Amino acid sequence: MNNKEYLKDFAGKTLFVQGDEAAAYGALFAGCNFFAGYPITPASEVAELMAKELPKVGGFYIQMEDEIASMGAIVGAAWTGGKTMTATSGPGFSLMQENIGYACMTETPCVIVDVQRSGPSTGQATKGAQGDMMQARWGTHGDHEIIALCPNSIQESFDLMVEAFNLSEKFRSPVIFLTDGEIGHIREKLVIPELKDIFIQPRRISESKVDIFGGERIPPMIEFGQGHKIHVTGSTHKSNGMRDVSSQNVHDVLIRRIYEKIELNRDIIVKYETHFTDDMDYLVISYGASARPSLGAVHSLRKQGKKIGMLRLITIWPFADKITRELCKKVKKVFVPEMNLGQIAREVERFTSNPVIKISKIGGVSHTINEISEEIISNI
Amino acid sequence: MTNPIEIHKHRHLKYLRTEILPTAFCSGCGCGTILNIFVNVIDEMGIDPNDIIAVTGIGCSSWIPSPYLAVDTLHTTHGRAIAFATGVKVMKPEKHVVVIAGDGDLSGIGGNHLIHAARRNIDLKVFLVNNFIYGMTGGQVSPTTPKETKTTTTPYGNSEQPFKITELVAAAGANYAARWTTYHIFKLKKAMKESIEKKGFSFIEIISQCPTSYGRKIGQKEGIDQLNHFKANSIDIKNKEKYSEEDLENKIVVGKFVERNRREFVDGLREINKKLAVSN
Repeated sequence: MNNKEYLKDFAGKTLFVQGDEAAAYGALFAGCNFFAGYPITPASEVAELMAKELPKVGGFYIQMEDEIASMGAIVGAAWTGGKTMTATSGPGFSLMQENIGYACMTETPCVIVDVQRSGPSTGQATKGAQGDMMQARWGTHGDHEIIALCPNSIQESFDLMVEAFNLSEKFRSPVIFLTDGEIGHIREKLVIPELKDIFIQPRRISESKVDIFGGERIPPMIEFGQGHKIHVTGSTHKSNGMRDVSSQNVHDVLIRRIYEKIELNRDIIVKYETHFTDDMDYLVISYGASARPSLGAVHSLRKQGKKIGMLRLITIWPFADKITRELCKKVKKVFVPEMNLGQIAREVERFTSNPVIKISKIGGVSHTINEISEEIISNI
Repeated sequence: MTNPIEIHKHRHLKYLRTEILPTAFCSGCGCGTILNIFVNVIDEMGIDPNDIIAVTGIGCSSWIPSPYLAVDTLHTTHGRAIAFATGVKVMKPEKHVVVIAGDGDLSGIGGNHLIHAARRNIDLKVFLVNNFIYGMTGGQVSPTTPKETKTTTTPYGNSEQPFKITELVAAAGANYAARWTTYHIFKLKKAMKESIEKKGFSFIEIISQCPTSYGRKIGQKEGIDQLNHFKANSIDIKNKEKYSEEDLENKIVVGKFVERNRREFVDGLREINKKLAVSN
């Protein structure tokens, strides 16, 4: 469906764009051909760019009546063979939760962009935040695993979006592209790679009638219209898709498999970046927008001779448990700067008995380098 | 032991997931009648079941196609069938995308999707089964429950005004909107055929009986009691003018409310893509 000729015009070019736009370009290059959304600040630029560019590559943009419908439409379109996506911010992300659970339960590949803004509720609509970290993990009800990625630059907004689509196909799971209003709205250089340099994970489709909800940890899909009369339901179902809501064993087998396909593949999914971790007494862990001043603070403290290292989380969910545990062991204290009141700091505490110090900044303004370095200095 | 259904090989069994029969519907329920009529419609129209995608929500009526109808089926969250179906139809315009769900699902929790899909005039076939009650959850008041009715959540009588759903969908912009009951099986069959042939948002409100959760509460204990009530109280839309608004309050106005030829939504999207492909 992709119009390669059209994408070729962009390939290799250097653009000066916002994070939201870079994410949209990433989606186009990942092969996205269906977008359903609803306007919301600070995510509207994703929808606007998709509305303009998707029809040029033979795809479809539709604006739905709300975020619930947007999430429903992308799941419906995914079962027809679409590579689908929606984009929103906190209030809309809250509305999408039930249908995100439906995507988890029906193992539907799709990408949900959450450009986080200050909440709860309407909060500071135009201001960035990182308050949805735990909602991305546990927003929908019931046991489930989720994949969520946090870009911290405009280039990474593009690159990680391609990765988000690839992970959704590989693991047959919704993937949350968990960016924030800061990264979404700043402008930076974006170098669009050549088409040949972009890996696209193909969808695994079975041509013959097989069980598409079991039989192996990540079963292949069959799409609507292939002639196999598939049954897709959010109710507990057997491996052939037929509903069975009364057998303990059927539910147990299904939910454990959906859980394990991500949990047991943590090592493949989890991405992170380390700085100065070979020789450190203190560790800073951050992600997304707040990782930028965090790294600035680490550099500035290094210059002052302080032995500070940094772990930047790129994959937030599943959590980078091994590297966090390993690096926390090497230090006396851990600092977690983030634009919320300590959502990831609390997660870090699960992996270390060392003190974990929150460096929280809320109110729609990101940390300054000095704020972070001063907080570290006063605690070491 | 041989399955009795296997012995009696009805020619329509090929349209059903026979391994799941008999249905879970209560004795006297209208859902079986509607499934029967729909199967007759696709058989008589010669529609290949592989060309149908059924999308449903939550509630008894959503079980009409899911799991009984042997077609590609998307059984979605409560109220959202039309939203999911919109994604399906945009990508697969050549398929018949059929939504069957109840009054609580499509006009209560999903009411917003219903009117917006009608406004967009997307080529979905929506059959709303109106039994005046939330049946699966045990008989709570719904947006279509008549005034003063006592339900489990209106123990002193329903003080709300019920929705006139077909009128609402017609006003919202659908290309086809009709109301029939499970008593009018041949007229309903004809309307289903018309709605499938009609391009655009096609809607039929099917008034149906729920003896278990509704009929018993209003003194119509058996399914047949409700069917007789539908028979006695239905007024053809052609004769509507003869009645005052007050007289019509407790009647069921049946017939075709609207049929028109506004441009269909997905056609519009594809025209844009065609134009852009040319200009590129």
